[in-house]
Amino acid sequence: MQTQLIDACGLHYQSLNAYIRKAAGNGFQHYTLRNVNGQRFIGAGLSRSIRITIHGTPGNNLAAMLDGAHIEVFGNAQDGVGNTMNDGRVIIHGNASDTVGYGMRGGEIYIRGRVGCRVGIHMKAGLEKSPVIVVGGSAGDFLGEYMAGGCIVLLGENLTPAESVGKYIGTGMHGGTIYIRGEVPRDRLSQEVKVEYVRFEEDVKLQECLEPFAKAFAETFRFTEAFSKITPVGHRPFGSLYAH
Amino acid sequence: MPRSLVPPAFFVERVTTRCIKCGVCVRQCGFSVHAQAEPYGEVVSTEENCVGCQRCVVFCPTRALRIMENVHSVRQHPNWTAGVIHDIQKQAETGGIILGSMGCDKDYPIYFDRLALNASQVTNPAIDPLREPMEVRTYLGSKAPRVEVKRSGVTFRLQKPMPIGIKLETPIMFAAMSFGSISKNVCEALAKAATELGTLFNTGEGGYHADLRKYAANSIVQVASGRFGVDKEYLEVARVIEIKMGQGAKPGIGGHLPGEKMTWEVARTRMIPKGTDAISPAPHHDIYSIEDLKQLIDTLKEVTDYKKPISVKVAAVHNVAAIASGIARAGADIITIDGMKGGTGAAPKVVRNEIGIPIEVAIAAVDQRLREEGIRDEVSLVASGGIRCSADVLKAICLGADAVYIGTAALVALGCHLCGKCYTGKCSWGIATQDEYLSRRVNPELGVKRLVNLVNAWTLEIKEVIGAMGINAIESLRGNRLHLRGIGLNEVELKVLGVKPAGESM
Repeated sequence: MQTQLIDACGLHYQSLNAYIRKAAGNGFQHYTLRNVNGQRFIGAGLSRSIRITIHGTPGNNLAAMLDGAHIEVFGNAQDGVGNTMNDGRVIIHGNASDTVGYGMRGGEIYIRGRVGCRVGIHMKAGLEKSPVIVVGGSAGDFLGEYMAGGCIVLLGENLTPAESVGKYIGTGMHGGTIYIRGEVPRDRLSQEVKVEYVRFEEDVKLQECLEPFAKAFAETFRFTEAFSKITPVGHRPFGSLYAH
Repeated sequence: MPRSLVPPAFFVERVTTRCIKCGVCVRQCGFSVHAQAEPYGEVVSTEENCVGCQRCVVFCPTRALRIMENVHSVRQHPNWTAGVIHDIQKQAETGGIILGSMGCDKDYPIYFDRLALNASQVTNPAIDPLREPMEVRTYLGSKAPRVEVKRSGVTFRLQKPMPIGIKLETPIMFAAMSFGSISKNVCEALAKAATELGTLFNTGEGGYHADLRKYAANSIVQVASGRFGVDKEYLEVARVIEIKMGQGAKPGIGGHLPGEKMTWEVARTRMIPKGTDAISPAPHHDIYSIEDLKQLIDTLKEVTDYKKPISVKVAAVHNVAAIASGIARAGADIITIDGMKGGTGAAPKVVRNEIGIPIEVAIAAVDQRLREEGIRDEVSLVASGGIRCSADVLKAICLGADAVYIGTAALVALGCHLCGKCYTGKCSWGIATQDEYLSRRVNPELGVKRLVNLVNAWTLEIKEVIGAMGINAIESLRGNRLHLRGIGLNEVELKVLGVKPAGESM
């Protein structure tokens, strides 16, 4: 398969993305972007069978509303990676910032490094889809806020659970699962979630999430400690708040 | 359980000499007010359950029923009204936030009713719309303030593509009401009626049911903070994409569809578990500024290859003019302003009744501000929230709107009696419910006819009135405040509305 090499240096995001959309329409499937420096919306809405490799730092809303394409970043990403993503795969060999996978409906996001706040906010699942976010490093506050479906895994490499995750985990959560390596301090959890401890070897879902992550970064992982498995207490976190 | 101090809000009066014990009232009531131990047996009524929706009254074959508001449940007092006392009792008993549906029911001045329209007399001719063409068609979208062309020989080429204009055969659209808040039958009636009328309907924020995508050419799809149902196909089938930042009935708070209405079909359309509350966060957590809003507008434009106009809907709040200016500069093509009288399926009553400003002053302030800044043509303005009749449409357009949304009025056309209990999902009129037994009460085909009749009637009235003014195109009325005069308004109100008092000439 022919790969298009694009030097993104000095290119405006509109020109860059329009070029990719047009070339994709003409049948080009693989792109390697070099010198990417803050261009926003790369890959936005792109569908199946398109592969984009990015060298540099893509701007906000990378892979927003992605619809099946595969995007791999050798570098860090900024805010809104996989915003309202529907399908496909995003691999980031560095860190990403806030609201990774906001309203994500399907597909996978694998981030080797750290992520910011409100990651996986309002992820949902259904229609035979279940999105997955795996983060190798740490995460900021409000992880999995309003989460309604899917799975988030936080490995917190070389960190204690207290260091790897912020406050208010799973605020307003009413579906889906969050796994965090180690025992998460109770005061980090919202009132709407419960926690149990599972071993990696015993949890099939956790293994299914981590296998492609390990493969994406060509690494192997061994875990000695248990994972905190966080799920919602009920489906209606705010059901009793109202008088009729 | 101690006895509740909340008295029944309504009395059910049954004329026993007329009642034939047929059981129609038992079957028609979604709130289990009427009950019958056996067929043709005595009918007893649990008045505490009654919401005053009048379904049983309308359907009683012998007119044996009357539902009356229980106004004497407390001693009459100008400050401590029955509503105030009942709310206190409810909260003392439950500790909860009082929930409300439909629009604000507080007695604020209705500026539409304090504005009078103009007509031609002697000095310029009125136009008879029955014999002369009247143009009520309007276009939504940026209006391209300047056109740059390049000439080569005898051919001219546009330097920049023209912005997309969305043609509306009448300036009345159906407001955002989600599948979930209203039944699928009602969604279908609205969608099909919009298609027949050559106008647009709005899916609301609950996704777009697959069965209704055949009406997509007339759809506005919403992208709200919950991002329900938003994928590339959803955006691509739509005529217009609307970012919902706020709603007039509940400015500053998010959406909340109670679990009672979350059937498997609604859950599937929204992609969340069945029976859960569908929660839309108060803000979009990727939008904390105008710059961030621009980013979402740009994202949606990128995803749809710049082929769809983007609307941004905000609630009318105190600073709405500056906000609208920011939205226009962020690249929106349409701005929808939703006034404080706008409806909702569920909102805390305190928010619904106390927050925001009326649409009349909001649209006037926004239109004025955008004109002053020279950017009025870069966006279309849509007014919504409390549009009750053709006169309200005309006055909203005079104050600066390009078109209006009607929500409550459309539901009233389908049978809604404004009982304000949408959040329970028990709607006896089969509108704000997902109950299969109840929702069959709205026949989509008959509903289409009623909606088409309503909008056609308003459109005819609009033509009559603008004809009387001596105007033959709705475009000439837009922002034309010289055709309005205020009655009983103080100087400040007149200034904000940009109109002169009645009696002052041109």
